[in-house]
Amino acid sequence: MSKIKTTKKYWKGLAQLNNDPIVDKLAQNEFVEELPVDQFLGDKENLSATNSSRRDFLKFLGFSTAAATLAACETPVVKSIPYLVKPDEIIPGVANYYASTYYDGRDYASILVKTREGRPIKIENNGTCSNSRVQASVLSLYDSSRLKGPLKNNSETQWAVIDLEIKEKLSNIKEGKIALLTSTILSPSTKEIIKEFKNKYNNVEHVMIDSTPYDGILDANLDSFGIRLTPDYSFDKANVIVSFGADFLANWMANDYATDYVNGRNPKAGKMSKHYQLESNMSLTGANADKRIQIKPSEQGYLISSLLDGINGKKYDARLTDIVKALKSNRSKSIVVSNSNDKNVQTLVNSINNTLNNYGNTISINKPSYLKQGNSKDLENLVSDMKSGNVEALITYNVNPSYSLYNASVFNQALENVDLKISTSLYNDETAYLMDYVCPDSHNLESWGDANPKHGTYSLMQPTISPLFNSRQFQESLLVWLGKSDYQSYLKNYWIKKGVDWNKSLHDGYFSLNESKIRTSNFIDNSVSISKKESNSIELEVYESVAIGDGKLANNPWLQELPDPLTRACWDNYLTIAASTAEKLGLSNWTVSNGAMNGSLVDITAGNKTLKNVPVLISPGQAQSTVGMAVGYGRTRAGKAGDNVGFNAYPFLNVKEVEIKKVEGEYEFASIQLHHTMMGRDIVKETSLAEYIKDPSSGNHREMYHTYKGKLPADQVSLYEEHDLETGHFWNLSIDLTSCIGCGECVISCQAENNIPVVGKEEMRKSRDMHWMRIDRYYSSDMTKELSKEEKISPITMYSEMEVPSENPEVVFQPVMCMHCNHAPCENVCPVAATTHSNEGLNQMTYNRCIGTRYCANNCPYKVRRFNWFQYSENDKFDFHMNDDLGKMVLNPDVVVRSRGVIEKCSMCIQKIQELKLTAKREGRPIRDEDAQTVCASSCSTNALVFGDSNNKESEVWKLRNDERAYDLLDHLNVKPSVFYQTKIRNKS
Amino acid sequence: MHQESEIRDPLILGKKTYHDITKEIALPVEGKANKYWWILFGLSVVLFLWGIGCIAYTIGTGIGVWGLNKTVNWAWDITNFVWWIGIGHAGTLISAVLLLFRQKWRMAINRSAEAMTIFGVVQAGLFPLIHMGRPWLAYWVFPIPNTFGSLWQNFNSPLLWDVFAISTYLTVSTVFWYIGLIPDFAMIRDRMSKTISPMKKQLYTLLAFGWSGRAKHWQRFEEVSLVLAGLATPLVFSVHSIVSMDFATSVIPGWHTTIFPPYFVLGALFSGFAMVETLLIIVRKVVKMEAYITIKHIEYMNIIILFTGSMVGTAYITELFMAWYSGVEFEQYAFLNRATGPYWWAYASMMSCNVIIPQLYWIKKIRTSFIATFILSIFVNIGMWFERFVIIVTSLHRDFLPSAWTMFSPSFVDIGIFLGTIGFFFVLFLMYARTFPVVAQAELKTILKSSGSEYKTRNHE
Repeated sequence: MSKIKTTKKYWKGLAQLNNDPIVDKLAQNEFVEELPVDQFLGDKENLSATNSSRRDFLKFLGFSTAAATLAACETPVVKSIPYLVKPDEIIPGVANYYASTYYDGRDYASILVKTREGRPIKIENNGTCSNSRVQASVLSLYDSSRLKGPLKNNSETQWAVIDLEIKEKLSNIKEGKIALLTSTILSPSTKEIIKEFKNKYNNVEHVMIDSTPYDGILDANLDSFGIRLTPDYSFDKANVIVSFGADFLANWMANDYATDYVNGRNPKAGKMSKHYQLESNMSLTGANADKRIQIKPSEQGYLISSLLDGINGKKYDARLTDIVKALKSNRSKSIVVSNSNDKNVQTLVNSINNTLNNYGNTISINKPSYLKQGNSKDLENLVSDMKSGNVEALITYNVNPSYSLYNASVFNQALENVDLKISTSLYNDETAYLMDYVCPDSHNLESWGDANPKHGTYSLMQPTISPLFNSRQFQESLLVWLGKSDYQSYLKNYWIKKGVDWNKSLHDGYFSLNESKIRTSNFIDNSVSISKKESNSIELEVYESVAIGDGKLANNPWLQELPDPLTRACWDNYLTIAASTAEKLGLSNWTVSNGAMNGSLVDITAGNKTLKNVPVLISPGQAQSTVGMAVGYGRTRAGKAGDNVGFNAYPFLNVKEVEIKKVEGEYEFASIQLHHTMMGRDIVKETSLAEYIKDPSSGNHREMYHTYKGKLPADQVSLYEEHDLETGHFWNLSIDLTSCIGCGECVISCQAENNIPVVGKEEMRKSRDMHWMRIDRYYSSDMTKELSKEEKISPITMYSEMEVPSENPEVVFQPVMCMHCNHAPCENVCPVAATTHSNEGLNQMTYNRCIGTRYCANNCPYKVRRFNWFQYSENDKFDFHMNDDLGKMVLNPDVVVRSRGVIEKCSMCIQKIQELKLTAKREGRPIRDEDAQTVCASSCSTNALVFGDSNNKESEVWKLRNDERAYDLLDHLNVKPSVFYQTKIRNKS
Repeated sequence: MHQESEIRDPLILGKKTYHDITKEIALPVEGKANKYWWILFGLSVVLFLWGIGCIAYTIGTGIGVWGLNKTVNWAWDITNFVWWIGIGHAGTLISAVLLLFRQKWRMAINRSAEAMTIFGVVQAGLFPLIHMGRPWLAYWVFPIPNTFGSLWQNFNSPLLWDVFAISTYLTVSTVFWYIGLIPDFAMIRDRMSKTISPMKKQLYTLLAFGWSGRAKHWQRFEEVSLVLAGLATPLVFSVHSIVSMDFATSVIPGWHTTIFPPYFVLGALFSGFAMVETLLIIVRKVVKMEAYITIKHIEYMNIIILFTGSMVGTAYITELFMAWYSGVEFEQYAFLNRATGPYWWAYASMMSCNVIIPQLYWIKKIRTSFIATFILSIFVNIGMWFERFVIIVTSLHRDFLPSAWTMFSPSFVDIGIFLGTIGFFFVLFLMYARTFPVVAQAELKTILKSSGSEYKTRNHE
């Protein structure tokens, strides 16, 4: 092969070869001859005589501008870069799942992260219970309001710069304290790092706080058992559950009690716990209780004390008769819990549980939960130390005290005395804003980590994407300040040293260690009875809402738009109040002409604290003369979705009594359910446990038609031709109304999977929610059909009284999505056949064929079809994640983003069914029943939704289809839904 | 020659000759518009333009600018659609059915009634188009050969039946109208001076379709009219029956009713006649047709309104009875809710305007008064709009599952589009009144000698 000689030289002429200076000179001048500029411009006479007029100049100018503009008018090219070297595990179009852990200082869950082409798009449960916040957290990863890099005095800086400064400043601290203010830390390796940190620097103090303090129960346990921890409850083992205000199905303590609770309520197995709830606010747990008793928060201590008396055979409050009886006959098989933050009350609760011999049976104190370890006393000491200038450095992690402390202003003032203030927040939030340095932590999905939520149970966190921004996880920051680095190897070595099979544990996401039980002292009973106190003032109980929780994820539009399970309002917090109390105070809610709800405004005062113009929402079930309000709202530095939504209730955290004064004005709510009762209709079919045991089909009456052949159910008098549903698959979904607790996790899961847009408060208020599934909530009413018949009440009066819920109603939740009718009313009426039936029992929507007549939506008896009233993606008017290049990363590439003007609705996760069928086909096997999942079913922590192929006689859904409890919603219409319900069973006499 | 009983009231007042009729009917076309015409026209154009703006805003932004929601997916759009279609009905009834029944009084009013029909159907047709989420794909409802593979329309859908029903109706009505206009266009053509207005002359020559007034032409004219009347008569019943099936074939309580086809047809005639009265009472003043559109014509129409109004009332009561008799709680609640729920005021307006107020026509004094008729006709127009609103909105807003119950309130765009169609309608009608012979003079002349007041008295003597 010949090679071109690179040394070869070419020259233009001999002059160049000879290095003649003229060559250089010519090379300098672009034009060999001088341009006759002077001649041209200097000669005014000739210039004015030239043919090129000013008009010509403008013409040329215009032409060239137009030409340049036209040339620029090209469709923008979006470049996608293929892998140069494809990673082995990534096949474009195939999802990868990684086990990980979610923990944000409040919510803990072991999770599976679904990633597509390297980006996490969905959270699935990994064996434990999760909640809507965990499900929604994937969107927070792509939050463009997150910090993009470290800050110094609120301006951008470099890690190297601030690390140097921080290290220097920390080492220079000799006298004063270095305080680490964190949330409860579950991570053993983080604790280890903090220990090293304490060793390296002087006077390091670590203070843990919980946004909602649990000092009462922690301190009580310290007294009773000698350990400052909370026990682990086994709600599945309890026959009787008595909860005093503890919302254990939603937000109280850990969030994994729902699964246990529902496992303990399985009527088929003949086992169903009896659940009493005594509370003032209507909580999710109260809504699920078999018996709910309304009490004032101030009565709680007295009633618990009275309950102890009752169990000990002394005189007790008459309201507790049933409870005492039930508890006495279920010794060692009951649980009594309370949400009180008063040590004395919790000591009494401990005493009750001890008397009932529940410890070691239903309550495990030897294998405690580590989820709540915060100590408010430590915090108070820290704040006073800060005030007196004893604290020289403060590092915060996973907490936002400037927002979430009841005395945030005191904290903020004290903060000014601290010389070195460091926040590790993901956001430049209320606290971070006041800090000198912000060293942004990475999101859970970008981080390594571990957690020890319960004694003996561990889980691991692994990153599923490299950090999107210039962030660094907290542990890494600490290591850097310790002069070390690489948390990943630190973590790995930490566990390998302990003999953990790292690869397997990381793959599974969790592991357990056989640790000996925690030694506790013998039960010391130092309970003091509490006497009855009469109070006439209005009492306040602050709670965490089901969607927003403590407000950490307030900037997550999915959560903001998730309607509260009970009030069904979103994008707001408000003062919940009983109807009778509201009437007394002249407060009301009313419906305006477009059906939306408005409410009165009040000023709330407690001591020197005042909240002005707080909206009032009438909540059936709220105890008289009590009010409730949710924390987590009123953020001022959360980001564009979370800022200034609602008001901040944290200052009222420890307030007991409030004064309420009506003020002028009205408030516009975004509540998507304006009608609270079933109006005597057979929508949620219900029976009691006793009836169910006698007759499993009790409560499940079918509507009968009178025909010449006698009374027949609707499906036997059909005029329609049937679809062939015997061949192939027949996808069915069973919804168990006994298991459904109404938490709304499935709604978020569905929103994440199916690219459902967020529409904002104004649109929600106009009843234009886009959720493909909703959880209807109905309250019972004092008026019933039977009553009206008995008392000969006219139908007009009956129906108008039926609209009013009872003061202490029974509550039912009913998830409703497209029923996939096999005689679908929507399919008939579409003029262009945009919605059609599949041969697998699904009603399918062809978006690109839809012209948007909305006839299908009108004709849908379940009102589950959703219309794209506007363009919801890439529209500045809907400035949520779909209008944001980063936010759009969360979109599921398997599901199309709908354009304006088309109808959409639940597809039964057709993309997952399709994937399932293809996988089975490729592997040459039939579809396994457990693989068939819609996301609502797979995310349900209580297994209330079961999806599968009813033509597979082995499948669970087939068994449920043939269960005596199974019924079709609105069966008299004979639309033959593929979704069916199981009757609600309550354990009541 | 046509003979008429002397005790019948004359249909043409005053001492008229054939030439008088020609002159007076051609006058609005040939003369200049008066002040009232300009005021009305100006107002209508403003409304029309406002409507166009609102339609453009809707198409540009999305249906979300209306007041609709997930539960009430149709409201003013389809209310207006059915209302305008209903208004159209009287025209066809007058020109076709009354022709077959040889009702000579129709001759003075059928031209305007049919114009109203066509202009009404044009407004009606607008709504199904703009209520679509993606109106630019509206052509997908037509069974035209396409490149979408085997994709075809869904012939089960009543909306598709609507497409055929309305397009057929519009076509037949327009042809029928035009055929009737030919001799009158010829009359105007013949009176037009070629030198003064050559363009107009040319236009009317074209429109007159070579009419020469020969006996053969008259014979064909009569035959075609009869055939078209025969064709149009079933349309009077079919169109609104099919429109009613948009509701009747659904499952929604309050919509799912077999009574709807006859009920809708009668309601349509009822509202159509009311609109004819509203228009003609104005027209006879503005274009000076007092001699031809007499109180007798009005009285005849009032009797029809009284009859159809009572039938509509019967239908309302039947609905209530059937709801009770069916024993279906959803059905019962739907009607109870209509009458006593949050939209009771709409139901009350409907009942009083459509059932109670027309009963005043039992009184001869009211029946034979222009002013009273004008006022009452407006009531009926309003009442019939409310009827459609009640059917659509009160049925939808509370259907099966109370969790989805909500309400509807129109946005300014909803209102703007409705006003816009009223403007558009009047723009068309006022332009028609200045360019078309508003009374079928050729036909009218056939009854001058039998029903003209001058001749009636002369014959009597």
